[in-house]
Amino acid sequence: MHLRRCALFAAGVGALLLAASPATAAPSTYTVVIDKMKFGPVPANLRKGDTIIWVNRDVLRHTATASDRSFDADLPAGAKARTVLKKSGAIPFICRYHPGMRGKLQVK
Amino acid sequence: MFSKTSMLGGAAALLVLAAPAAAADAPTDPQIAHIAYTAGSLDVAAGKQALAHSKNPAVRSFAEIMVRDHNAVNEQALALVKKLKVTPQDNAISKSLTDGANATMQRLSKLKGAAYDRAYVDNEVAFHKAVNSALESTLIPNASNGELKSLLETGLTLFREHQAHAEQVAKELK
Repeated sequence: MHLRRCALFAAGVGALLLAASPATAAPSTYTVVIDKMKFGPVPANLRKGDTIIWVNRDVLRHTATASDRSFDADLPAGAKARTVLKKSGAIPFICRYHPGMRGKLQVK
Repeated sequence: MFSKTSMLGGAAALLVLAAPAAAADAPTDPQIAHIAYTAGSLDVAAGKQALAHSKNPAVRSFAEIMVRDHNAVNEQALALVKKLKVTPQDNAISKSLTDGANATMQRLSKLKGAAYDRAYVDNEVAFHKAVNSALESTLIPNASNGELKSLLETGLTLFREHQAHAEQVAKELK
């Protein structure tokens, strides 16, 4: 009886460990800051399901818009917006109002 | 012919300013603030005129960005001069800019349709080119206050974007 309980406990721990393994890691949230007409550094190791919070520190209205339109965050002066990454691959993005502002996400 | 000359008046004033100035002619911070603010206000007025006149979606979208961006930068400039307790000082360059831009607006008000669109956008290319050149060669190097300099530098990055955008729209209109 005691042994059996131990085995059950071990199986439970195993399941927990599996859940915590990288393959099923919980999505992460990252911040990308826009300041003085530039997108700040984009995070490395992005994964599908992760969230990016765009923070516009300029007094100007900007957008963070994927070239393939898979996301289009409107960012009035001083605003924040949230993008959940729904696809993997290289995703170049621009500000629609100031297309010289650009960056690229690498999503696994 | 006359109107074409006056259209370029404001830009010419800035080009003169863009020429390397002797130290004695260098504009002061209050003058620099006035010139930058004036250039922004004139472009807001030009953009509002475009929104009243033009039906072209690319031109209207460009004009909306001009009104929004230049208003935003000017609001920031006003807040900065207030904080620094600087009173912007009127000067010959600001006056010449204003005279040139007013003459342009008068000329443009008589145009319609595609002719108006082309004239507005061509003038926006010339105006931003002249302002950027003045910022780069004279206004930024002569600004002594660090915050004013930083605002002008961000302005230059922004106005280069505007110039590139205006050039793109001009190409589409041809």
